[in-house]
Amino acid sequence: MPTREQLAQRAAVDLDATFPDVLAAHGAAVYTTALRVSRQPSDAEDLAAETFVRAYRAMREYPPERLRGLRLRPWLVTITLNLWRNQLRTAARAPVTVGLEAGHEPRATDGDPERAVLEHQGTGWVGACLAALPDLQRQAVVLHHVVGLPYTEVAEVMGCPVGTAKSHASRGLTSLRRRLRPARPQEGTP
Amino acid sequence: MTDAPDVLTSLRGLHTPPPPGFDQRVLARIGLDPSADGYVLVDGPTEPLFVAFTDRGVNHVLSARVVDLDADRFATAHRARFGRGIRPAPAPAALDAALRSGRPGKLRIDLRGVTEFERAVLTKALEIPPGEIRPYAWVAREIGRPRAVRAVGTALGHNPVPVLVPCHRVVRSDGVIGDYVFGTLMKRALLGAERLDVDGNERLARSGVHLVGSDTTHIYCYPSCRHARRITDRRRVGFPNAARAEAAGYRPCRDCRPGGAQTA
Repeated sequence: MPTREQLAQRAAVDLDATFPDVLAAHGAAVYTTALRVSRQPSDAEDLAAETFVRAYRAMREYPPERLRGLRLRPWLVTITLNLWRNQLRTAARAPVTVGLEAGHEPRATDGDPERAVLEHQGTGWVGACLAALPDLQRQAVVLHHVVGLPYTEVAEVMGCPVGTAKSHASRGLTSLRRRLRPARPQEGTP
Repeated sequence: MTDAPDVLTSLRGLHTPPPPGFDQRVLARIGLDPSADGYVLVDGPTEPLFVAFTDRGVNHVLSARVVDLDADRFATAHRARFGRGIRPAPAPAALDAALRSGRPGKLRIDLRGVTEFERAVLTKALEIPPGEIRPYAWVAREIGRPRAVRAVGTALGHNPVPVLVPCHRVVRSDGVIGDYVFGTLMKRALLGAERLDVDGNERLARSGVHLVGSDTTHIYCYPSCRHARRITDRRRVGFPNAARAEAAGYRPCRDCRPGGAQTA
């Protein structure tokens, strides 16, 4: 999208005036990544918000030429993934179980259960199967098939060669198809 | 039942916009929320102050000391009181002059958040000149609520814009400087910076003198009144209360209005 390319240019001229548009343009990509990678709707908003706060602070320090060259979407999503990995590292000291067994919805531990339910309504089964994928496969599938990043950007975000990113996504997709085909439950059953 | 929808379509359906209000919350956190009030950190008369303002004037003053100079903690206090965030902004033009002179002058003050009674009390406090003090009972009497002395104290304690609206110039009726929103030490320092002899005033009150008169004019004043300060030692007469001054044939000063009408 041409407007997205122009955002970085505008940010280099007036960051404060442009940042609300950066939020509007990339909020869904960052939030979706946070939601599907963290697997916890309650954490996703914090993770997404923290991404933009860090991004703003970093952009304020960047010289204009660096801002102009910034590819905002993969850069923002990389921040989200880094924040999530740091969170996991911290949480590893006091492990929390993620209640994900076959046929169960991901747990909504949030103070807003209604929203957590809506989040998974209709997409619940696919979302649950996606959440059950191994980390790298899940990341590749989320970034390419859900968020819509091209494989070059997926590879950049995941810090691996393009071929590796493709193979993670492909194995993830195969595994999803296998899980979804035989035992998709009736609509409305929990 | 239809076949399971294509996996790729289902995956695209997982693309989720952030929850409502997400953008505003992020912008507020980084100080870009357009609905936020502006704020500055300024040198006050005795210590640094956080000052927040709307397009209608200053609405919040907080001693930076009480929040350890932390703008985030000022933001929290501001949000708790006004329900809005703050963002750095250029200071109102008249702020500096108001802080230096001890009078708002052209600086506008936004008192939309206070009750009618509080507004009456704060407006009355604005009449007290720098370097002068009046008892809580004086404010109560002046706004026509002579029995509401405690309520006056409470209203001054809730002053959203201390220093600029000089609640520090209102003291206990027994002459003790008394409490202050940012601590009694700051109250004494502010009055000292306005060249009030804080200790001298307290000493005088402790000796039983709450009003002073001149035996040439036979007018009595509060001791800090600018007219009282001009009385020479030889001509100065002390009184414990208005009734005793009136009984001695003195009338109250028209500027500091030390309350003769009720006691006459």
